[in-house]
Amino acid sequence: MAGGEARGGQHQPIGLLAAIWDSCKTALLALGLCIPIVLLRTDQDFSNQLILEPRVGLTLTLVGIAFAARLVWLLAANWTARRPTPVTRVPILAGMSVSPEAARRFAIGGLIFLFAYPMLSLALVGPAGSIKWIDNFGIQILIYVMLGWGLNIVVGLAGLLDLGYVAFYAVGAYSYALLASNDVVKDFMAEMIGPWFWPAWGFWLCLPVAGILAAFWGIILGFPVLRLRGDYLAIVTLAFGEIIRLVLINWVDVTGGYAGISGIPRPSFFGLPFNASDEGFAATVGIEFSPLHRTIFLFYLILVLALITNAVTIRLRRLPVGRAWEALREDEIACRSLGINTTNTKLTAFAIGAGFGGFAGAFFAARQNFISPESFTFLESAVILAIVVLGGMGSQIGVAIAAIAMIGGTELLRELDWLKRIFGADFDPTQYRMLLFGLAMVIIMIWRPRGLIANRKPTLFLTTRRAISGDLVKEGHG
Amino acid sequence: MRWETAPLLEIEHLTMRFGGLIAVNDVSFAAGRGDITAIIGPNGAGKTTVFNCITGFYKPTSGRMVMSHTGNAAADEVAALTRSGARFRRYGENALFLLERMPDFEIAAKARVARTFQNIRLFTGMTALENLIVAQHNTLMEASGWTVLGLIGLPRYTRAEHAAIERARYWLDLIGLTARADDSAGSLPYGDQRRLEIARAMCSDPLLLCLDEPAAGLNPRESAELNKLLKTIQREHGTSILLIEHDMSVVMGISDHVVVLEYGIKISDGTPEHVRNDPKVIAAYLGVEDDEVEAVAKGELP
Ligand SMILES: Nc1ncnc2c1ncn2[C@@H]1O[C@H](COP(=O)(O)OP(=O)(O)OP(=O)(O)O)[C@@H](O)[C@H]1O
Ligand SMILES: [Mg+2]
Repeated sequence: MAGGEARGGQHQPIGLLAAIWDSCKTALLALGLCIPIVLLRTDQDFSNQLILEPRVGLTLTLVGIAFAARLVWLLAANWTARRPTPVTRVPILAGMSVSPEAARRFAIGGLIFLFAYPMLSLALVGPAGSIKWIDNFGIQILIYVMLGWGLNIVVGLAGLLDLGYVAFYAVGAYSYALLASNDVVKDFMAEMIGPWFWPAWGFWLCLPVAGILAAFWGIILGFPVLRLRGDYLAIVTLAFGEIIRLVLINWVDVTGGYAGISGIPRPSFFGLPFNASDEGFAATVGIEFSPLHRTIFLFYLILVLALITNAVTIRLRRLPVGRAWEALREDEIACRSLGINTTNTKLTAFAIGAGFGGFAGAFFAARQNFISPESFTFLESAVILAIVVLGGMGSQIGVAIAAIAMIGGTELLRELDWLKRIFGADFDPTQYRMLLFGLAMVIIMIWRPRGLIANRKPTLFLTTRRAISGDLVKEGHG
Repeated sequence: MRWETAPLLEIEHLTMRFGGLIAVNDVSFAAGRGDITAIIGPNGAGKTTVFNCITGFYKPTSGRMVMSHTGNAAADEVAALTRSGARFRRYGENALFLLERMPDFEIAAKARVARTFQNIRLFTGMTALENLIVAQHNTLMEASGWTVLGLIGLPRYTRAEHAAIERARYWLDLIGLTARADDSAGSLPYGDQRRLEIARAMCSDPLLLCLDEPAAGLNPRESAELNKLLKTIQREHGTSILLIEHDMSVVMGISDHVVVLEYGIKISDGTPEHVRNDPKVIAAYLGVEDDEVEAVAKGELP
């Protein structure tokens, strides 16, 4: 509803009566919407017959919420309009820049926190409670940070809209799962090196292979979409993601179809398995065995993988390829007039972005111990893309913050059990995950249309490094 | 006449058809080595289309465009290359290029033809300096060992990058934008953007620089500065220039050779003196009927 008029505060202050009248209209509109959608619910009675169940209370509650929200909105807008410099408030926020010094301090502080995080959670909630915090929050978020950083190369730097990124995540996961649990490979390795080799080092061999295979599929996707732009590029990448998923579902002999692959070998601590045996990690180091060791190890593993992704991306940005990616996003025709082979430039972006997705996928498979096509749906691509867009396309730190907010936020919803006391026992907050997700995105996009970190940092400078306002930076042709 | 005795680029029977429209119709001319060659003509005459053919953005319907890097191309060599089906051939010092067969980026990278655009195409979200560094992509790419060695951080790449920055600084000094090197290209005033685009093209180290209406939208002072810049490029870098321009003070002031197009057909070709007095050109610019051309030439009409 007419929310836009309150932005910037250029509107006239509204009287209380007028505000109530306006809110009544809003409530009426809400009622009109609720009657077909909410009021009547079809259900089955005991004799399996369809009955209509009117939900008057819920409808009235929703209408009341709409009325109150509109009223508060209007009055709040009144209040902000009366403040001294309301007109410049929004633009200042939108263009707010973080000084490089502050950004560096934030990054270093964040790193220290991340490395201390497992210990911190152990100290704070004890071994039993911290599995959830390290695994569900720490590892889960870091996987998405890594995926976001990988996709950021394609979407944020090269400006190629990729709606099928999850395909590479899937290729990485299935590559690892199939290779690591393949008997032929196991037997071959046992014959060549020894039976101890594959269980101990399989993960460390399969991880890079999975990344390389995903990069290879990135190039395969790259070729047909080279000439496409904008909507067409988006649609073909979307289709590509679906094709990969459908192949995984239907190629039952290899992938197990819907049932997926289970019993995927777990990673070892550089040769030492995480188990209670005498050769295990705990026995070798001389501590008591606990399943937490593996979780903590996985946390550090994905942390290091994500940091490698970040370091490589930052370096690439300062190399000719990285500058060519950004130039490609700015103006493809100008690139070609300067002798840049845009075909190769796009393919490297697809390949490197896909490679990082593949690494993350291999890690995911090793951590889950089980994978199925359900983990690689379009929704997953959409979430990763949303992280990149919300973070501010091209900004590494912005993507990390967005991943923490989005993934951490959805995980937090599982914690909101106290809401049941308000809304009744069959209220499940996680069911509202996507609704809140969408709401948060709309709000952030209104507040910061170019993402959380909208500024672009130049890759080199003559005298001073000045951030470039996001308004001048193009979004690419996708 | 250098374009006859020492041509850098020879365009022969160039035709470009868009469906039923013939934008360029059997146009032949040559650009002399070291010359500033101007292409003029009324709106829609096909000037930009000729540029797009030369730089590979359009594939010409027919015609041949031969570029010879050093020295004149022998007729039999050109004929042999044309028959061979190859795009280019290197003969010791010299290299011959058939531009109509090459894709756009290869024309820029191998044949060393750089261009600017009628509506400026800078990388607006990148700094002025970054724009000039991107123009040196191929040199830097090689120095970075196609990224692999650069990723490790070899000194060879660092040195190459320093050299690239020095080259960019030289061009920034020349166009008077050193102080704004770290500002985004999109935030520069219009005139500065025009000059930056020329500097960017020059940073790719071209033998032929194609400028599409570089003086459009400039005030007289900026226009005079542009003349000086182009003269400097011609004299100190030995770069040949192909120039589309409406501003007659620029055209007559600096060009060595003028080619006039009208409705896709070449109507005149010669020194500025010659073209200025060509009755056909006068007619095209004044828009008179053919039978009045004679009268104009005789000076009977105003
Ligand atoms: N891609 C295209 N598709 C169809 N027609 C085109 C295309 N490009 C140019 N034309 C047509 O070719 C003719 C010549 O256009 P061109 O842009 O070369 O003119 P010009 O001499 O550069 O004019 P101006 O001085 O206005 O820039 C015009 O009639 C134009 O409409
Ligand atoms: Mg034109």
